[in-house]
Amino acid sequence: MYLSLRDRPGAGPAADPSTDPSTETDAPTGTSAPGADGSATSGRPVGRTVLVLGFVSLLTDISSESVSAILPLYLAVVVGLSPAAYGVVEGLYQGVSALVRIGAGWVSDRTGRPKWVALSGYAASAVSRVLLPLVSGLGAISAVITADRVGKGIRTAPRDAMIAADAEPEHLGRAFGLHRSLDAVGAFLGPVLAFVVLWLIPGGYRSVMVLSLAFAVLGVALLALFVPANAGAVARPAPEPAPRADRVRWREVPTPELLRVTAVAGVLGLLTVGDGFVYLVLLDSGGFAAHWFPVLYVATSASYLLLALPLGRLADRFGRARVLVLGHLALAAAYVCATLLADRSVVAGTLATVLLLGLFYAATDGVLSAVAGQAVSERVRASGIALAQTAVALARLVAAVGFGVLWLVVGPTAALLGVAAALVVVVPPALRVLRPGRAG
Amino acid sequence: MNGRVRLAAFAGLSVAVLGGSTAYALHERADNEARERTPPSVPTAVPSAAASGPFIAFRHTGVDQEYGVVATVPLGDPSGARAFTDVACDRVDATATTRSCLRTGRGVVTSYDAFELDDAWAETGSAPLPGLPSRTRLSDDGTLVATTAFVSGHSYLSHGFSTATEIRRVGGESLGNLEEFALEIDGRKAAPRDRNLWGVTFADDDRTFYVTVSSRGRTYLARGDLETRTIETVAADVECPSLSPDGTRVAFKQADRRGDGRRWTPAVLDLATGERTVLTGEERSVDDQLEWLDDDTVLYGVPRTDAAGVSDVWSLDVAPDAEPAVLIEQAWSPSVVR
Repeated sequence: MYLSLRDRPGAGPAADPSTDPSTETDAPTGTSAPGADGSATSGRPVGRTVLVLGFVSLLTDISSESVSAILPLYLAVVVGLSPAAYGVVEGLYQGVSALVRIGAGWVSDRTGRPKWVALSGYAASAVSRVLLPLVSGLGAISAVITADRVGKGIRTAPRDAMIAADAEPEHLGRAFGLHRSLDAVGAFLGPVLAFVVLWLIPGGYRSVMVLSLAFAVLGVALLALFVPANAGAVARPAPEPAPRADRVRWREVPTPELLRVTAVAGVLGLLTVGDGFVYLVLLDSGGFAAHWFPVLYVATSASYLLLALPLGRLADRFGRARVLVLGHLALAAAYVCATLLADRSVVAGTLATVLLLGLFYAATDGVLSAVAGQAVSERVRASGIALAQTAVALARLVAAVGFGVLWLVVGPTAALLGVAAALVVVVPPALRVLRPGRAG
Repeated sequence: MNGRVRLAAFAGLSVAVLGGSTAYALHERADNEARERTPPSVPTAVPSAAASGPFIAFRHTGVDQEYGVVATVPLGDPSGARAFTDVACDRVDATATTRSCLRTGRGVVTSYDAFELDDAWAETGSAPLPGLPSRTRLSDDGTLVATTAFVSGHSYLSHGFSTATEIRRVGGESLGNLEEFALEIDGRKAAPRDRNLWGVTFADDDRTFYVTVSSRGRTYLARGDLETRTIETVAADVECPSLSPDGTRVAFKQADRRGDGRRWTPAVLDLATGERTVLTGEERSVDDQLEWLDDDTVLYGVPRTDAAGVSDVWSLDVAPDAEPAVLIEQAWSPSVVR
């Protein structure tokens, strides 16, 4: 039986999302003087900080995805470890990551220093890259991988809070779309880099790791040098030391609107089957060999990368909460294509499935952060984003386990179609729940 | 720092880290090329010399031009000169008539294949594997082959793994993934969600086999029947069974409960009495499917801690306090052909 869970697809072919002229702005966003409102000082839709953060993610994803692509092979062929035991560690990571994410979001809000919290997360992953080629025991490798995940857990919410702060409220979707597109470009380049290196240098796993470290270091440097220290920071009447009454408090986080968003995203997350399962259903329908499995990830990311920016803009115009919820219809359609359409034509079914999965990610991943960030006061934005993201991540974990059972009991096709039907049923009430607070 | 200084700093850093890593890659490439010209540091023999009589086949792991290639040594002189075949395998098993070879192929996408070979190491058939090669075993008469592969997403960011274990008739059809067999755990019908099977060993009736079953965090020794397509557990805490030549015992690796479940100690189970002997004379973790050298000795590979990719084949008497000793250096995946 197979379990797979990803926050988002891991790789995708290159495209050039920066051709949108509005992103080439050099507006002095985020460089506002201390005490000024750090959010959205730009007159342009998308500020420079979003662009820089996008390239930070691009570099970091080159780093992480290049190593990801070779790690199973490296462990098996060079270190001589079986991946069996380290799968156990994978489960533990989910819980750790959830706690870390909320904690980091909270620290970011409490200190008003999202840049430094995010930087420590990127730095933790970079340090794990230094150690990876040096360790060989399973325990040590698990520790290094966990450090990388913890780093990812730390940086996500403060980074999204900085994006939300840097964009004009009416262009939030576009800002997140741009960021996620750049992120996906890095996720595509990483595996390509890894395979080019291995092609030039058979067995050159350590070269891939050293290159991965180089890109991780560049990502950290880009963030440290080009994102203003007060990016995403919220003006306080008396910044230092903050009076007790002005302290950020946790009870500000769970606003009714954020709870609605989190509940809806969580319920929809329970009906989100891991991509790995969907790909397995496609493989079951025959037509291609198992080793093309990674290509399905790449193709899904291609679709995600191309659609993230347009869907973000659409969300700005059409209602972000609405796009977030309706995006799950694309997911339901993907499940139908992976079963019914792929039965008739493997090629058409596969293409439609990966296209729809990419559409789903484009409509939901960045948009969720935009909606959650709008649902709370800007003082607790990172915490709010972290809460919603964590709910989705945990719901998808539960979904993976539950779908595994369903798969065994009723078979893959019936299981996927059942989930698709449930999604269609849940979407209308979800739309209604989010309607009152449609400001997001 | 003003903008220009920052840009200069970033440009300088880019040149430094990308230049440094490129230099490292070139260095590793030069090392690789040097390896391709390096003859093995162990004695070698011409293939024909080892072809007659009982032998041990294994994957050579010396860092030299024969890295990963299957070699053989005479059973009577295992530390003597090795004869290289022209077949490279990650895992290998051999009988007098048949060989099974699992191999990772590099390409645009990495491919994994199981090859069937004849007694001259010539390919007679192949089948794709769904993931990284893990274990392979042939039945003693060379008519059945079992393969285990690790199935995972392309990256460690996708969570979870599973094993795919399949039995095929050599030169014929697949008997299916063992997950499709009816499974009974402790006498009760089971369809657990996290069912995993790996590490097959065949009895000599072309029907019975033993395999590891893992479910809900526990591992079991299970006996399977190819005709009724059933598998039933017979003992707990057994991984990667290997049936002794006389068919009375199973050698396996036992997870170390004191640790975190990621250390294994070799052990032997008497199938008739259920008596379990843990071979604590081996203090390292052994992650391999044991191979019987004779009725009193098992073989297994252990990676060297000081050299990546190099491993040795060790032998261990099946007595509680026996000490392991290197049998074949620079070797992995031993297979004894009597």
